[in-house]
Amino acid sequence: MQNSVPENASQKLGVSRRDFLSEITVGALGIAGLGGAALTYQYFSPNVLFEPSTTFRAGNPDLYPVNSVTFLQDQLVYIVRTPAGFFAVSAVCTHLGCVTQWKPEANMIACPCHGSKFQPDGKKIEGPAPRPLPHYSINLTPDGELLVDKLTTIKADQVLKA
Amino acid sequence: MATTFHTALENLRSTRVWKSIFRRGPAITNRTRSVAVFGNLFLHWLPVKVREKSLRVRAAYYLGSLSLLLFILLVVTGVLLMFYYHPAAPKAYHDMKDLRFVVSNGVFLRNMHRIGAHLMVLLVFAHMFHVFYRGGFKPPHEFNWVVGVVLLLVTLFLSYTGYLLPWDQLAFWAVTVGTNIISAMPLIGNKIRFVALGGNIVGENALLRFYVLHVVILPLIAFLFIGVHFWRVQKDGGLTVRSKDDDDGKN
Repeated sequence: MQNSVPENASQKLGVSRRDFLSEITVGALGIAGLGGAALTYQYFSPNVLFEPSTTFRAGNPDLYPVNSVTFLQDQLVYIVRTPAGFFAVSAVCTHLGCVTQWKPEANMIACPCHGSKFQPDGKKIEGPAPRPLPHYSINLTPDGELLVDKLTTIKADQVLKA
Repeated sequence: MATTFHTALENLRSTRVWKSIFRRGPAITNRTRSVAVFGNLFLHWLPVKVREKSLRVRAAYYLGSLSLLLFILLVVTGVLLMFYYHPAAPKAYHDMKDLRFVVSNGVFLRNMHRIGAHLMVLLVFAHMFHVFYRGGFKPPHEFNWVVGVVLLLVTLFLSYTGYLLPWDQLAFWAVTVGTNIISAMPLIGNKIRFVALGGNIVGENALLRFYVLHVVILPLIAFLFIGVHFWRVQKDGGLTVRSKDDDDGKN
């Protein structure tokens, strides 16, 4: 009898064996559930995308005359050249994601879906769009071509000097 | 003739096969009728007795039943359409065109599925409005109202996921615009949109994801909740929604 557990052992701990085991079980199931949710999220986030690359070469800067807006159909980007330099403006409307169009006669970028209007530098003129068109990072490659990264947005006053 | 049929039925009921399936004699007394209902998987959740009042239904009460009928119609036509449809770009669009112009009766099935889907959304809303204005959300029907709201959402999601499957311009832009609404959510919006589409744009992954949702996951959820919905109608005391004052009156 000397080795037996004292009767008040559970009282000392303040928790019964049954409660302890069920709390452990619930905790383990909770951790397993969280892990399962994380694994499921990872599974549903594809690592390889068969989409156009978000970084692309836009060719030699001389292709773009000063004071021009050029729409790149495949990339949905406008390459804008002003006397100050180059910037790359997204062609996807910030309202609901339609592709905007450059209207040279009106000197504005217009969205055909709901009528949002933007200046060539992406500033909003009017329309349901809540934000201006974002500017993408634009740089020169070592061999002198324009390189646009659509995953990186930059401030509108950052211009690639011509 | 009638006696011949009756005798044939009696003979059928006394066969060993019949008895092994139903395990009891004819339902001719109240007790055997009750036992017949209890002992049948498809009937056992129905109340054995109902008040006559709850069987007195008006035309508007058929809105829910018609929604169920349309759901069954959409499952049947949808399964038939699946035999000619590949959820891959750009094959999906060509399959849809083939269904319209090449496959025998394909245009009939496709239109039945499409128009049936529009009609189901309409009827489910009509059903909801009817139940709402009749006060059908009041006790003891609160839980079934919530189940009904879930079914409304499932119906809308089924409609939306099915909208992408023809893979035409209308489908592409509807889903582009719709999923851009997701990314308006602060912080996690873009991540959720990425997972929903399986990419940054509405592409092949998105088509496959919407297809699986449309033909497997959402219909299963709908089946489950429709079962609960109908079961609760019976358990909550039938279709008739009337206040006590109405019950006392002649209405």
